[in-house]
Amino acid sequence: MNQQPARPPLLESLLDAPLPQGAAWLDAIRRENLDALIATGLPDTRNEAWKYTALRSLAQRRFVEGDAQAATRDIDATALSLPGVAGPRLVFVNGMFRADLSQLDALPDGLEVLPLSRALAQDDESLRFALSHRYRDVADAFTQLNAAYAQDGVVLRVAAGAVIEQPVHFSFIGAAAEQAAWHLRHVIALGDGARLNLVEHHLGLGDAQQLATSVADIVLGERAMLDMTLLQQAAADASLVRRTSVQLGVAAHATLHVVELGGALVRHDLHAVIKGDNARLDTRGVFALRGRQHVDTQLSIRHDALNSASESIWRGVADQRSRGVFRGAIVVAEGADGSDASLSNKNLLLSTQAEIDTKPELEIYADEVKAAHGATVGQLDERALFYLRSRGIPLAEARSLLTAAFCRAVFASMPNEALRDHISQLLLLQLPADQVA
Amino acid sequence: MLKIENLHARVEGKDILKGLSLTVNPGEVHAIMGPNGAGKSTLGNVLSGRDGYEVTQGSVTFEGRDLLALDPEDRAAAGVFLAFQYPVEIPGVNNTYFLRAALNAQRKQRGEAELDSMQFLKLVREKLKVMQISDELLHRAVNEGFSGGEKKRNEIFQMAVLEPKLAILDETDSGLDIDALKQVSQGVNALRSPDRAFLMITHYQRLLDYVQPDFVHVLADGRIIESGDKSLALKLEEHGYAWIAEREPAGAQA
Repeated sequence: MNQQPARPPLLESLLDAPLPQGAAWLDAIRRENLDALIATGLPDTRNEAWKYTALRSLAQRRFVEGDAQAATRDIDATALSLPGVAGPRLVFVNGMFRADLSQLDALPDGLEVLPLSRALAQDDESLRFALSHRYRDVADAFTQLNAAYAQDGVVLRVAAGAVIEQPVHFSFIGAAAEQAAWHLRHVIALGDGARLNLVEHHLGLGDAQQLATSVADIVLGERAMLDMTLLQQAAADASLVRRTSVQLGVAAHATLHVVELGGALVRHDLHAVIKGDNARLDTRGVFALRGRQHVDTQLSIRHDALNSASESIWRGVADQRSRGVFRGAIVVAEGADGSDASLSNKNLLLSTQAEIDTKPELEIYADEVKAAHGATVGQLDERALFYLRSRGIPLAEARSLLTAAFCRAVFASMPNEALRDHISQLLLLQLPADQVA
Repeated sequence: MLKIENLHARVEGKDILKGLSLTVNPGEVHAIMGPNGAGKSTLGNVLSGRDGYEVTQGSVTFEGRDLLALDPEDRAAAGVFLAFQYPVEIPGVNNTYFLRAALNAQRKQRGEAELDSMQFLKLVREKLKVMQISDELLHRAVNEGFSGGEKKRNEIFQMAVLEPKLAILDETDSGLDIDALKQVSQGVNALRSPDRAFLMITHYQRLLDYVQPDFVHVLADGRIIESGDKSLALKLEEHGYAWIAEREPAGAQA
């Protein structure tokens, strides 16, 4: 056995909690992931995937597994709703499913959705495959942590051919509970020809130093269509580490819109594998940061099939002393001939003390491939600023107008108009209208 | 209304304006002509407050206020409008939204009530009729993908909506075909009024066929070296700027 690395307070405080107990197969998986985490520890910045996100300060903090009052915390349900999102809703408070805040009555035909805690209690055998993953890479430390401790989350299945019109709303609430840590695990599957509209919302209500992890596995069957919006508004002191894996079958089409607004330390690994021929993936994302926020997005797309397409448009805005990180890696695997992959990442620095690191990567091992990628980091266009000011628009307003316009490319394709308008408003609020660089 | 006295300005360490003086009264239309490099566009930029232009000497007052001390947005609210030689494309900002934000920012600055979207739309409809502009332009992003003529017409349309006291047209005629030139000129003429003054900066005489100036000034090497009525423009057209250059030593001594 190798000698174990010295455990930082973060792991020391969390890993002493007893593992949840349930089905023997799951207990074993939890144990293995925990052991892997104990063996590898947390990644440092020498690890390529964590190069720009140092965990030093987070690692020095202590957390408590779960929140004993999660079931009874008083939450205003109206604060959770989003415009244009009025379908089934699952609400989790500090990592625990809250039936009282959720809306799961009269589900449309073909939609099965329930909290993971309930599915596990029923010993749902079909989850065994999805939850049996052993994460071994040190870069996956938080996924290991999640795999060891997550007890709740969403299990969602859409039957073959079923079209779910109303968006399904996941609401993950961080309610003020100092030093709480929680983990959510989601398993989502769309049958052949199924269609689903999904909104994932992370919302901080009340500020507290918390750590949340979330791991989602999404599988699209043949010709399945998924339209998903991920809106992140965690509390200012919250740390949030997410991993979203998407797998596309033949002629499937997934469209993802990701909006990162909140949190102190936020990490999102978005991994997509295009497994089926003629499948298509569109990703759109934006972060708008201020204060000392640090948000790191790791997008990776793997084309593993013939004539598949992916288009990714990401924007980033960093103000004050914030830091944004974007890594977009596209791999066109051997045999994935006829693939068409494009990635555009443009960033805007609004302050000399802000920082944005962007790294597009493209690896092509197939023939007849169309691929384009580009990344830029710049400042607001002085000519445009002057143009607006010369018409009477004050400098601060001109800056916020141009910044919002810069982000708009990400939403032009969002079909839910009410939600799109809402997100545009949130972006405007997040952007500074009150200061000059 | 506008009083420019002995204005000296430099750009990137180079002296461009070297003692320019000019007085403009309400209702007057002044044309400023001159060869390339004379300082025509610098004058427009200095008056509208663009960064990078350093005034080293002289003064500009607008209705008694020190214009050079105001930020660009405050100059606009005070009633100064610059029609750009090269209007800027602003992707993602809707033309109507932009114009309403501009008008309301100016009104707010002047202590006037802001217009709601209904009131604004009514105003825009009136101005569209005068300018003969299709409302399709309104739904697009500011100047994005506009042809050269559309951009210039959009400048004049903005001027019509913002109703400035002093409009500075910086080579608004450049790059226009004859039809576009006529349309732009009609727009300008429709806005002429006893309360509004125009400063038309141009290289060519042809704009002055359509918008008849009260005064024509010749700008050369950073100063006005000749002023006259519109017949001066015709003389320039006939003899070219070389004619002025030959006369310049005499003018400089005067």
